[in-house]
Amino acid sequence: MSETLSAIPDYLHDGTTLRSWLFTTDHKRIGILFALAITVFFFIGGTAISIVRLDLLTPAGDLVSDDTYNRLFTIHGIIMVWFFLIPSIPATLGNFLLPLMIGAEDLAFPRLNLLSWYLYMGGATFTVLTLILGGVDTGWTFYTPYSTMFANGAVLTAAAGVLISGFSSVLTGVNFIATTHALRAPGMTWFRLPLFVWSMYATSLVMVLATPVLAMTLVLVMAERWLGLPIFDPSRGGDPILFQHLFWFYSHPAVYIMILPAMGVVSELIACFARRRLFGYSFMVYALVAIAVIGFFVWGHHMFVSGQSAYANIVFSFLSFMVAVPSAIKVFNWTATLYRGSISFEAPMLYAFGFLGLFTVGGLTGLFLATVPIDIHVTDTYFVVAHFHYIMVGGSVCAYLGGLHFWWPKITGKLYPEAWARFAAILMFFGFNLTFFPQFVMGYLGMPRRYHVYPPEFQIYHVLSTSGAVVLGTAYFLPLAYLLGSLWWGRNAGINPWKAKGLEWQAPSPPPHKNFPVPPHVPDEPYDYHPKEGPLAEAAGDVS
Amino acid sequence: MSDSAYLRPPWKNLERQHQAVTLGIWAFLGSEVLLFAGLFAGYSVYRGLHPAGFLAAGRETSIVFGTVNTAILMTSSLTMAMAGRTAKARLFHAARILLFATFALGLLFLVLKGFEYREDIHKHLIPGPGFPISVEGAALFFSFYWVMTGIHATHVTGGLVAVLRLIVTSRNDTAWLAGSGSQEATALYWHLVDMIWIILYPLLYLAGRTHG
Repeated sequence: MSETLSAIPDYLHDGTTLRSWLFTTDHKRIGILFALAITVFFFIGGTAISIVRLDLLTPAGDLVSDDTYNRLFTIHGIIMVWFFLIPSIPATLGNFLLPLMIGAEDLAFPRLNLLSWYLYMGGATFTVLTLILGGVDTGWTFYTPYSTMFANGAVLTAAAGVLISGFSSVLTGVNFIATTHALRAPGMTWFRLPLFVWSMYATSLVMVLATPVLAMTLVLVMAERWLGLPIFDPSRGGDPILFQHLFWFYSHPAVYIMILPAMGVVSELIACFARRRLFGYSFMVYALVAIAVIGFFVWGHHMFVSGQSAYANIVFSFLSFMVAVPSAIKVFNWTATLYRGSISFEAPMLYAFGFLGLFTVGGLTGLFLATVPIDIHVTDTYFVVAHFHYIMVGGSVCAYLGGLHFWWPKITGKLYPEAWARFAAILMFFGFNLTFFPQFVMGYLGMPRRYHVYPPEFQIYHVLSTSGAVVLGTAYFLPLAYLLGSLWWGRNAGINPWKAKGLEWQAPSPPPHKNFPVPPHVPDEPYDYHPKEGPLAEAAGDVS
Repeated sequence: MSDSAYLRPPWKNLERQHQAVTLGIWAFLGSEVLLFAGLFAGYSVYRGLHPAGFLAAGRETSIVFGTVNTAILMTSSLTMAMAGRTAKARLFHAARILLFATFALGLLFLVLKGFEYREDIHKHLIPGPGFPISVEGAALFFSFYWVMTGIHATHVTGGLVAVLRLIVTSRNDTAWLAGSGSQEATALYWHLVDMIWIILYPLLYLAGRTHG
């Protein structure tokens, strides 16, 4: 590093006052602000479900009251879906990395980016306070007519908070789309974009087009609950199923807001630690976009037992199978990337492998659920709970942690303790499966979800699941401890500790305010780990 | 003042900045369309379920207010479009007058909407006790009437704030209207709000009057 480079303060030291953080427009700082917030919300949501799991150790439901039980799993659902998973990768890693990966100084609209954070914080804090102080027992789905006519508790304010934080998603999406279109460095063509950037782009499309439908749905729920307007009330001609259609029109694509970024992260990790050009790059891109698009047309598979027409069921079932095709293409391509790769097992790669296995289980059980007769058998059972946790936790959270470890040296300039990290990654995989695999079994045997009191024959599965949750919880606290510790005790990372090929690794660690001291130029495809194989490479003397 | 004065970080090139602002607004408009699409879908479903109720209720909205407001809002889009053209031609004084006209027409729309709401309330056209139309589905029609016009009025209010910002910011620096992308961005938003109304108008004021 030259003298001039080290003279520019990095983004962490470019102003140290609280004000310099709260009024920052630097995408990296806003990414950190989001990361701090989602970490707090993650542990609040985790605490709520820990109490639930503890209660489920015995069939009697003797730890908390029925009402508290309902409120606890609602806290867990609402916080984890809207205030952790939706912003998790896009608003933190995405915010931090998107400009770096395309060679830009910042996002297209830096002040709008800060507004996104404030909207998110406003909505999320308001809802979380509402959930804890007031209590909501509808589950995260707010199903009508229960939520509009019968539920006691602060449905109205909780919905309002979710609505507000939804605007944050839309604005982040708009910002990412404009950034990807207009701020790519010279030479960074669309098909030289890292897959993480493509995944952010596809996610942004979903955020921009799906979130407003949720917003309107919540407005209608609030209009009915607050103003007494008949909208979903069947006794006054309304149709509660309409709510489900509108709700899932957002909430199914929302699953892709959670999983597409995870796919982007995993693509970066696997390419780097297998030292291979990603197999089938262009098909990986098409698959991301295809998942985002088809994902808009599968919402009816949440409603197979709602009484919707059999023809609708057939179509939604077929389309749900269709969305599995690009997902499978991605899994096969990641696997094929490993072939003849020079694989190493650093912690981020362990998380990536964890993702690969858990996402595959989650995806395949998704096909069970897309099959109408099986879905009817397991609707509203723990089978469904296990399925979506394999996708959302096994998939998204795993990838988030993998990405966090991978880019930690870039974000903080410090190396984390590798041994601890590998241990945590393996522990997470073990704990996760112990928690959720028994849920597949008990769900298939008929254990319904959201029940406080259950028949004693299911106790063994609940005991297994709760023990798994203890392990899983430990595996989540470990990174919190050693990553924070590395800020003080970690060794300096240097610019590119993984010898990765992405543009973000050419900026200093941590990067200065405007990222690149010298504006980058991109001459090559991404993932150039194995440049010019065979005789050509030898001729060029380019074997590394 | 040279145009590069309107460059905002992280932009290096004004044309590129304009393109990004326009693209961003278009993406946002896509989002807005989906926001109202939820309402249009709900309206269509219920109209299919309760044709008689929607027919009976659709006759009770105020056709005069609705029609006059449609004309006002469309005229405001005209003045907004002309403001953009005049600003491009660097006739900034005319552009500012046209922006004032847009603002005034938008405000007039809201004032008339307020008078219409007063008339609706006098006629008890709020679903609930005392709602005068007994045909099933009529109350649903009016639920959508209030939510649709309410959300639309919120958008008009947002548009007015944006137009006001153009007027205030260009007070001492009229060239800003052409130099920054703000005028075009505001205009795109304003036209969308107008177009949403063009869909609401037949749904709420004309559909109930189709069978004489």
